[in-house]
Amino acid sequence: MTDQSSYPPLIVGIGNPFRHDDGVGPWVAQRLAQAGLETTEHAGDGTGLLDLFLTRPNLILVDATRSRQPPGTYVCLDAGKGPVQADLFHYSTHRFGLAEAVETARALGLLPRRLIIHGIEGQNFGQGHGLSKVVETAAEALVDRLGAPTPAPPKGGPA
Amino acid sequence: MTERIIQVDALARVEGEGALYVRMKGDTVEKVEFRIFEPPRFFEAFLEGRDALETPDITSRICGICPIAYIMGACQAIEMAWGLEVTPEIAALRRLIYCGEWIQSHTLHAVMLHAPDFLGLHDAIQIAQAQPDLVRQALRLKKLGNTIMEVVGGRAVHPVNTRIGGFYKAPDPEAIRAMIPELDWGAEAARALVLAFAKFDFPQDGTDYTFVSLVDRDRYPILQGRIGSNRGLDIDVTRFNDHFAETHVSHSNALQGRMRDGSAYLVGPLARYANNYDTLGPTVQATAREAGLGRVVTNPFQSILVRLIEVQYACEEAARLARAYVPPVPGHIDTPPRAGVGHGITEAPRGICYHRYETDADGRIMAAQIVPPTSQNQPQIEEDLTRVVTANRHLSDADLKCRCEQTIRNYDPCISCATHFLKLRVDRD
Repeated sequence: MTDQSSYPPLIVGIGNPFRHDDGVGPWVAQRLAQAGLETTEHAGDGTGLLDLFLTRPNLILVDATRSRQPPGTYVCLDAGKGPVQADLFHYSTHRFGLAEAVETARALGLLPRRLIIHGIEGQNFGQGHGLSKVVETAAEALVDRLGAPTPAPPKGGPA
Repeated sequence: MTERIIQVDALARVEGEGALYVRMKGDTVEKVEFRIFEPPRFFEAFLEGRDALETPDITSRICGICPIAYIMGACQAIEMAWGLEVTPEIAALRRLIYCGEWIQSHTLHAVMLHAPDFLGLHDAIQIAQAQPDLVRQALRLKKLGNTIMEVVGGRAVHPVNTRIGGFYKAPDPEAIRAMIPELDWGAEAARALVLAFAKFDFPQDGTDYTFVSLVDRDRYPILQGRIGSNRGLDIDVTRFNDHFAETHVSHSNALQGRMRDGSAYLVGPLARYANNYDTLGPTVQATAREAGLGRVVTNPFQSILVRLIEVQYACEEAARLARAYVPPVPGHIDTPPRAGVGHGITEAPRGICYHRYETDADGRIMAAQIVPPTSQNQPQIEEDLTRVVTANRHLSDADLKCRCEQTIRNYDPCISCATHFLKLRVDRD
């Protein structure tokens, strides 16, 4: 049986670039796309994310958090290992956003085989372009981490 | 006398940031404030000076749930100002993509956000755990709505294929035809949801609403018709401001819409249904009858049923339009700009959405006015809350708070649109 997580990941930048730090997900996705990785951007509508979960076995989501941690604080969650707290993420159309999509997918048995969520605590969610300096620094570090070449699987490994 | 204050600081399962404050003295409700604190977004102001051709794309950004309402209202208004008439094929394609918006918006609210109120569940996640098949069905329906918007509009959120005069590119007939089997399924699925949800234990409530909607004798109104009410109003779209006015209240960042005589009115599914029942068609009317609904529904808690009835209608209508699809040639009608004033009004999922623009001879926007449905419903929501709190004053603060939140969700309010929603606080004295 094929290990689904061995498929190249699709990196999904979630957020609204017109709301300053809420746009950190798309900001990261755009830079990783420039580095040749497969990325897409998503406004964060939960049901739209559920549709996305059905299409790919290996997803990496990048989103802004709003958890009262210091701005720029980085968090990494493996959805396969436990529930995602609804109050961690900023965006939530009709309160059905990323966390609700992940937990609904879990209840319906629709979670991708591998779903990793990277969050960066935002500082400014007001209207306008551009990231706060501290958020941009954390985003650059995440780009470096996700953009680093993945070691080739050992010979005889999963196809 | 005991003062009682009930306050909800952040309402869940609605779009945007808002709150509710209720103050009671004994059994008397002294104050109800539906507070919208989503920041003002100044869309009308920053449209001024822009090329009118940009208005559909800019105004679509007001809302990720109902962008088509803004696109189409803007298109209608600019086209009126410039004396442009679109072909029947373009009009049909616009109606088709608007059906997609109704399907996705209504399904999201009715099943994922409103149904938990009647199932005793906290949220959509709990519904997914308790009734996974229901949620799977809802997700499939919502995806169907999104698919229509993608096929016709290029993408599901903030479509890019729409423009003044029509569409940049006529959709491929094969892609339109490919949606028909799923649309036929969608009509049946929506009907099944109406009949299942009709068994909910709805709170007893209701009043003699002034229902305002578009009215059309021939077809259920989406993009066409005169402005009408159940009290005899029957006016052309150009006379909107003669009969309706928006005012600012200190507790809300959204303007509140009222009739010129100061009275509240209701827009949205209940109004459309009451004013246009005859054009729903026999299969949809049969569903309404089987669900126990009359020609007029005045219990706002049953709005969930009417919303799903409109999903059935939208699926049937979209299937009809898809079967009859003829690609518009050309995809859009060009016309030179001119100085003028135009009005547009369409039925957004939450009710009528009015646009008015003035353009100069070069086609620049000189003045803009946009009146979204949630702004118009705010005064009626506050009247509903006063009535519901008075009738349920015996409830504990926690239960009363819950009932108030349900009362607001009856309207599927879109606060982002209205500011361009909910914290509840009740003071009991």
